Formats: sequence, C-alpha cells, structure tokens
Amino acid sequence: MSQAGPAGQLSLPLARHAGLMGIRDALHAEWTKLRTVTGPAWLLIATVAATVAISAATTAAVRCPSGIACPVDTAKLSLTGIQFGQAVVAVLGVLVISGEYSTGMIRTTLTAMPRRIGVLAAKAAVLTGLVLAAGTIAVGGSLLAGRLILPGHGFTEAHGFPPLSLGDGPVLRAAAGSVLYLGLIALLSLGIATAVREPAAAIGLILGLLYLFPIVAPLLDQHWQRHLEQIGPTTAGLAIQATTGLHSLPISPWAGLGVLAAWAAAALLAGGLLLRLRDA
Amino acid sequence: MSTQATMPHPPAPQSGRDGFAQLVRAEWTKLRTVRGWVIGLVVAALVMAGIGLLIAVGGSSSCQSASGGPARSGRACGPTFTVGPGGEPVTDSFYFVRQPLTGNGSLTVRVTSLTGRIPPANGDVSLNPNVSPDTRPGLVSWAKSGVIIKESTRPGSAYAAIMVTADHGVRLQDNYTSDTAGRPGAVSAVSPRWLRLTRSGDIITGYDSADGTHWTQVGTVQLAGLSPTVQAGLFTASPAYQTISSNFGGGTSGSILPSQATGVFDHVSRSGRWPAGTWSGDYIDAAGGSGAGGYHQTNGRFSVTGSGDIAPVIAGSDASGGPSLTITNLLVGTFAGLIGVLVVAAMFITAEYRRGLIRTTLAASPRRGRVLAAKAIVIGAATFVVGLAAAAAGLTVGAQIARHQAYLFPATWTTELRVAVGTAALLAVAAVLALALGALLRRSVAAVSIVVVAIVLPYILSVASVLPVGVLDWLLRLTPAAAFAIQQAAPQYPQVTALYSPGTGYFPLAPWAGFAVLCAWAALALGLAVVLLRRRDA
Repeated sequence: MSQAGPAGQLSLPLARHAGLMGIRDALHAEWTKLRTVTGPAWLLIATVAATVAISAATTAAVRCPSGIACPVDTAKLSLTGIQFGQAVVAVLGVLVISGEYSTGMIRTTLTAMPRRIGVLAAKAAVLTGLVLAAGTIAVGGSLLAGRLILPGHGFTEAHGFPPLSLGDGPVLRAAAGSVLYLGLIALLSLGIATAVREPAAAIGLILGLLYLFPIVAPLLDQHWQRHLEQIGPTTAGLAIQATTGLHSLPISPWAGLGVLAAWAAAALLAGGLLLRLRDA
Repeated sequence: MSTQATMPHPPAPQSGRDGFAQLVRAEWTKLRTVRGWVIGLVVAALVMAGIGLLIAVGGSSSCQSASGGPARSGRACGPTFTVGPGGEPVTDSFYFVRQPLTGNGSLTVRVTSLTGRIPPANGDVSLNPNVSPDTRPGLVSWAKSGVIIKESTRPGSAYAAIMVTADHGVRLQDNYTSDTAGRPGAVSAVSPRWLRLTRSGDIITGYDSADGTHWTQVGTVQLAGLSPTVQAGLFTASPAYQTISSNFGGGTSGSILPSQATGVFDHVSRSGRWPAGTWSGDYIDAAGGSGAGGYHQTNGRFSVTGSGDIAPVIAGSDASGGPSLTITNLLVGTFAGLIGVLVVAAMFITAEYRRGLIRTTLAASPRRGRVLAAKAIVIGAATFVVGLAAAAAGLTVGAQIARHQAYLFPATWTTELRVAVGTAALLAVAAVLALALGALLRRSVAAVSIVVVAIVLPYILSVASVLPVGVLDWLLRLTPAAAFAIQQAAPQYPQVTALYSPGTGYFPLAPWAGFAVLCAWAALALGLAVVLLRRRDA
C-alpha cells in the first residue's frame, strides 16, 4: 500500500497525513489495489463476455413464427445475460474486501487509513465505478446483439416488434436500469463480504440470496409468490428490465430497483458497522 | 491438529495399512473441531429442509372458489383427479360406442380415416367461453381412435385398447400408463388399418394388419381381476391443443384448447357372446358426459367423433388444473443446502493452504494422494449423512403437510427412496468436487465460485426457466448439474404431449445417468488434484 502512488504522497506536507489521509488518497489507493492485480480486470472482462454471450445465445434460441402472437418482451429477452453477469459481479464485490482479509492486507490498509468507514466508502466508489463502466459495455453489447438477431427470427416491425432502440423510453429504462442493477449487486456483495469476511462463505451467501427468490417464488401460491417477488433483491430489481406488461409485474420497475438499493444499503450499513466495531 | 489427533496412540504409528485409518480420523477431527464448518453444514441442512416445508405450507395456502363463494383453504382448493387402477391420477374422457361382452371374445374393425378439427393458429381466441372459436381442420399429434375393452363405463376403470393415432402409427395402450407401438404410418382410405382386440380370461391381445388377412400381434396385456362382463366397442379421443411455452423468468404462457377427432370404421365383426346385440354411444367423462362427441352408423360404417384423452395426468403441467406438488418440489431447497455444503467442502482444503497447515499435514503424511483421499472420504461421508437427514425430513414432514394443503402426486416408495438417497449422494459427490477444485486452485473464492457456477447456476437457470428449453437441456446433460435428474419423481410419458421442462420437474437425462455425469466430473477433478498435489510445492 505505502509504495502505491508515491508521487501523490510526496507532494503533500508530511504532517498533514499522519492518520488523516484524504478521500482522494483513499480512492487512489483503492484504485491502485484493483488495477495492479489481474483478478479484477479478468472478472470485469468475464462480466461483459458472459452477459453478452448469454444474451446473444438466448436471443438466438427464440423464434416467432409468422401467424402466431408471441408474448415476448424483446428488450428483456435481449438482456437475459444479466442473470449470469450478476454472479461474476458478485464475485468481484467479494474479492475487493475479502482478498484483503485472506492475505492480512486489511491490517495494513486500516493502519494507513484509520477511518474505516472512509476505506469502505472508497472501496464502494471504485467498485461501483468499474462495474458501471463494465455494465454499460455489457448492456450495450447485449442490446446490439438483440437488435441484430431479433429481426431475422420473426421479431420484425411488421409483426409488432420495432427494432430495439435507446430512443424508446422503456428500452432506455431497461438498459440504464440494468447497468444500475449490476452496480447495486456489486454494492450488496461488498456489504455482505465486509460483514462476513470469510470469502467462501460470503460468495455462498450472496449467490444463495440472489437466486433463492426466483426459484422458490414460482412454487408458492399467487399471494405468497407476489410478496416474495416484491422483497427479493433479484426478482424486484430485475423488474426494471420489463418493457411490456408492466401492469402484471409484482412491483413497478423503479420501485423494484429501489428494493434492491435498500438491500445494498442495509448490507453496506451492516458491513460498515461491523468493520468499525470489530478488530481487523 | 492432525498430530494432536494421533497423540493418544503409541508414539510411532505404523506407516502401513492402518495409517490410512488414522489419516481419516485426523481429517475427521479437523472437520468437526472447526465450529464454523459444523455450523455451516447444519445450517445447510436446515435451510434445505426449511425451504421444502415452506413450499409444502405455501404451495396453496388459500383459494377463492370459482363461484365466488367463501375463500377455502388447503386441500379443498386442490384438484380432484380420476384415479386409475395403479392409484395414479388419470384423464379418462372419450366418446365410446359400446356394448357388453360376456366371457371371452374378440372385436375386429377396419379404420379408413382419422380426421379432426383444432383451434385457430393465430391465438386470436375469443375470451368469451360461450362462443366457440372458429376451428380449422387438423389433428393433434396423439389424436386416437380404435377398439377398446374396458371394465366398465366408470372413469378410471381398467382398460386395454388398440388404436390408430395421428402421428404415431398403431398403438396398444392399457391402464393409462402403458404404451406399445404397432404398425407405423398414418391411416387413410388407400392405406387403411385393421385392428383386433381379443379377450381370453384376463389376458387381452392386440393385433394389427394392413389387409385384414395377414395379422401381426402388437402385444398382450393382463388386466388382473377383469369382470366376466366388460364393455367393448369403438372409441375416439383427441387431447387438448396446446400452445404452451416457457416464459423467460419463470412460468408458462399459451393456451390449452379442446380439439376434436373423428374415426371412420367398417368391417366391424364380433366373436363371443354379445348379449345386447346393438350399439349405444356415450361420452365417458368424470364431469358427467359434458364433452363433445357422437357417432353415426350407416350400412355397417361407423363414424365416431370425440375429444379428451385416456392417459395419465402429467405432474407440473398446467393441464393438471389446480395447485399440485410432486416430491421433487419439496426438495427444491437442495440448491441452497448445496451452496452451504460446497463452501464448507472447498474451505476444508483451502483453509489449510491459507493458514499453512497443509505443510504440517503433508509433513505428517508424505503420501499426498492419500491425504486427499482421506479428506474426500470425510467430507463426502459427513455431507451424505447431513444431506440424507435433510432430505428425509423434507420429504416425510413436507409430504404430510403438502397432502393437507394441496394435491401431492403419489410416488412409489422406491422412487421416494431413490430421491432421498440420491439427493444425499448428490450433496456428497458435489462436496468431493468442491474439495478437488479447492485443492487444484488453493483459493476458496475461486473454488467456490467455479463449483457454484458449474453445479448450482445451471440448475437455478433451468428451474427459473430463464433460458429456452433447448439450451437448458444441453446444460443439464453436460454440466455437473445433470445430477439433479436424480430428484425427478414424476415419470415422463411419451404418449402425452406436455411441456416436459426442468422448470416443471423433468430432466433430460435418466436419474442415475445424470448422477453419473456429476461423478465423472468429480473423479476427473479429484484425479487432477492428486496429480497436482504431488507435483507442486505446498
């Protein structure tokens, strides 16, 4: 850590940062940590690749024969890969903090920056920035794949499926919302991993949380199903991808993303409190 | 830790055969003395059984009666099925032109055509149930017409029938679940089919022929306890026309609409005692003859029109008509328990790398392959026991609750045993796979992520119907998630058209074949791990 960014540190008066590093330094430190190991870069590439590949494969597997009404939400279909991409993002969110616990680096970090909440905030900011950037590429690629593939599979303008375009309000919401969704998933896993510390347990917990609701909900009766889908981080959060049949959604798109944001905030709060209270 | 475990023994343990038992004991001590791991395994089992109970309780907590009456709850909401001779729920709905047959005898006919009407293709179906949609000519794949011998006109009674079908040639079917193929090809005026059904005691034999002189035996069936007088005659059934597809993100969409078929028979000849002497027509149905159908008889030529089906009810399909569960549904929490087990299993080795304990372990037991074998035995056995307890609890308690709350499809005890033991074995072998990946990668995050992506994610995506069925089938054939096939409780009937998807509890591989795929992956990973553990510095 201390060898990171020597130029920035040397230019400051020595007295100023005996235990009081500014937020810029904290951000710079976290950025250096993520930049200088290969893991995060590969995970970001994997996020983009998995999302776009799964989206394209799913879109290519669906056809709408002429003469049949197809109840397909093409924007949502084109963004199916997010369901995979979120798992990779969750792993990245865990690694950002758990990696430091497994190597003991966390003690160095907290010695250099005793304001622990500041450390977590800096990690959250850098992580979110990176995931939003990768998410934008992944969502853009997925929509582009959908735009290219769909018309050849019967989803033509004449059939009632205009080509996917960001100029279309609902499609723009689905696209921007999906990017935000990935960012919130990253924050959720960062919060849980900070609270749990053990990386394997954190990964297990997050993946279980992400996929529990979509699996259990369909097996329950409608009343329970609706409630579960309203509170589940994935089921509520992915409502943002819907562009048709909004009235039949268990929760409205932006409210759904709000539920996920509440999950992420609660996880970060718990993680931040435990980070402050516990010995590292 | 391992050295402590061997302390009570004589100071110089032999490095021979009994050394392995000590190694297993040392590994068992390591597993049981880490509180987090024990808690992890117990929590995994509790979550697994708990989700099963949630499904059993919430599967159908309340419902509104169709007539707008007071809300009912529990079993009262469940569908009521006609029950076949084997105790399974069946559909028994067809048009029957019959007369009694006493004692042994036979019925021979020639079928010259099978035609029908199906709902319009464009899906523009009127929502008003009083307006019948404009139909168009066509046949559903399993439209059937032929000769049947049936215990009585009571729906669900025993029967044997030989028939022509729209797309599957001549078939001999009996007691709802059995189906034997006869002469292939469609029936027409230039290519008619001759059918014969013969009763001798409780043995019924079916024959088919292209010309009425050269006969082929399609098969024989035994209807145990068949009455001396049975109902025999001509029948036509035509299953519902389905346009059902999986939705992305769960559920199904589409429509199930009635279809109709008409079979034309001539050269009807009987042998044996037929006391009534004349034919009468009935629509056989649990609902009391509400279906469409009828027959015309002119100059020995019969034209029989009917709809419905004589077949088992498919678990999980929308056609089952109400809240119903299979024992597979009660174990849907397996994926959550599996995640917990995989985390513990991967950490069982990666924690040693992280803390440097692996060097002590390997110094104490220099034969490294045996260390890994001992770890695999310990984690496999521990997760098997935990998994079996969770599966047994989920199945027995869950089934008790589910029977009161909804309709639970019956399963034989051998099926229940296979599902319970198979689920425990699935957890055990998956744990060994996670251990092997942990040994290969030496990092818990990487090991857990990869093993969860390989086993749990394909299952999750298939159950939630996120991907199209074609893609899912291949995922569930090739990835370690194929092992979830061991949990399939309801059989897949080729003679019934339905949406057989992982989301409704049907897997592309046979139960033990799917499990073998996971075993192959685990063996491969364990073999690689042994090779690398020997070659690498710890």
